[in-house]
Amino acid sequence: MENVATQETESHEDEAQHPIGVYLKVWILLFVISGLSYAVDYFDLQGMVRWSLIIIFMLLKAGLIIAVFMHVMWERMALITAILGPPLLLITLIAFMVSEGLYVFGNRVDYMGRPAAAERIHVADVIHHDEEHGEEAMEEGH
Amino acid sequence: MSGESLSLSGHAKTVVEDWSSDKQAFNVPWGKFMMWMFLVSDTFIFSCFLVGYMNVRRTTTDPWPYPSEVFALEMFGTSVPLILIAIMTFILITSSGTMALAVRFAHFKDKKKIFLLMAVTAALGASFVGLQAFEWSKLIAEGVRPWTNPFGAPQFGSIFFMVTGFHGLHVSCGVIYLLVIARKILRGDYDKKGDYSIVEITGLYWHFVDLVWVFIFAFFYLW
Repeated sequence: MENVATQETESHEDEAQHPIGVYLKVWILLFVISGLSYAVDYFDLQGMVRWSLIIIFMLLKAGLIIAVFMHVMWERMALITAILGPPLLLITLIAFMVSEGLYVFGNRVDYMGRPAAAERIHVADVIHHDEEHGEEAMEEGH
Repeated sequence: MSGESLSLSGHAKTVVEDWSSDKQAFNVPWGKFMMWMFLVSDTFIFSCFLVGYMNVRRTTTDPWPYPSEVFALEMFGTSVPLILIAIMTFILITSSGTMALAVRFAHFKDKKKIFLLMAVTAALGASFVGLQAFEWSKLIAEGVRPWTNPFGAPQFGSIFFMVTGFHGLHVSCGVIYLLVIARKILRGDYDKKGDYSIVEITGLYWHFVDLVWVFIFAFFYLW
């Protein structure tokens, strides 16, 4: 028990030593990265560039929040593996659902006579803010 | 007993030591560990929502709406894409920053600063929920329903209301949680034991809410 007590005080001392600058830097960094991911949409990047940038910025933000704000980088490895290990199983779920999704989509195109690529609808074509007849436009849309 | 016969080093060695010796495995306050277990299980709930979203979006043969147009706002006479969501994102990040500072001041047991920073965090969280209510009413007025919407695939509405609704519920609960703990801090409920780990535990929950938003922002709003 004594051993536990000393370890606990040690880890608390460690935490108290995080300089405030680390939090402020991470905070600013999160702002910048969020701004960049918004810029991806604002400048209307499309295709692989868009998707890879979204994923990169997302993982950077998530990593910073988990590591610094949630203090994970200062925890002992036993706790880190208990926290970050189980969610890795989700990769299996995602892989299964991607494969199943492709199959279902193929079936819908093949057997229900649906188009493989439908024209996307612009909001401005449906909603007319000036004339205030959103409801009407909605009826037309169907 | 610990690892003398094993030739492990570094982090691997600490894992073996923590699990093998006759003591508690996780060297943190029990409340903090319970919060982590809750957050890990909550991760699975939100992951199921997002994987479900991926699946309906992959399988639908109807066109997916343009989120950046759906969530645009009229500002200064022009339509700014996705601006509402960008503002909400910045509010949530700001609140995460103030929460991190509250946890920082918990180490110095500075009650007034902890209270103030937690109250600011709660206020920012409440304004996030307020903007979400505005977003919901705007979309509902435009005819978006869980079963239909004028912009394309009907699944858009069901995913939108389910995912943002569940996240908004988490934020609302977080605001209440923050206010309750902040009041208890100021009242001196934790002075007797001098244990302020509750602030860090509350912080974990709040940062998790921000973390979930990072994924919703990327996959639902930007994709």
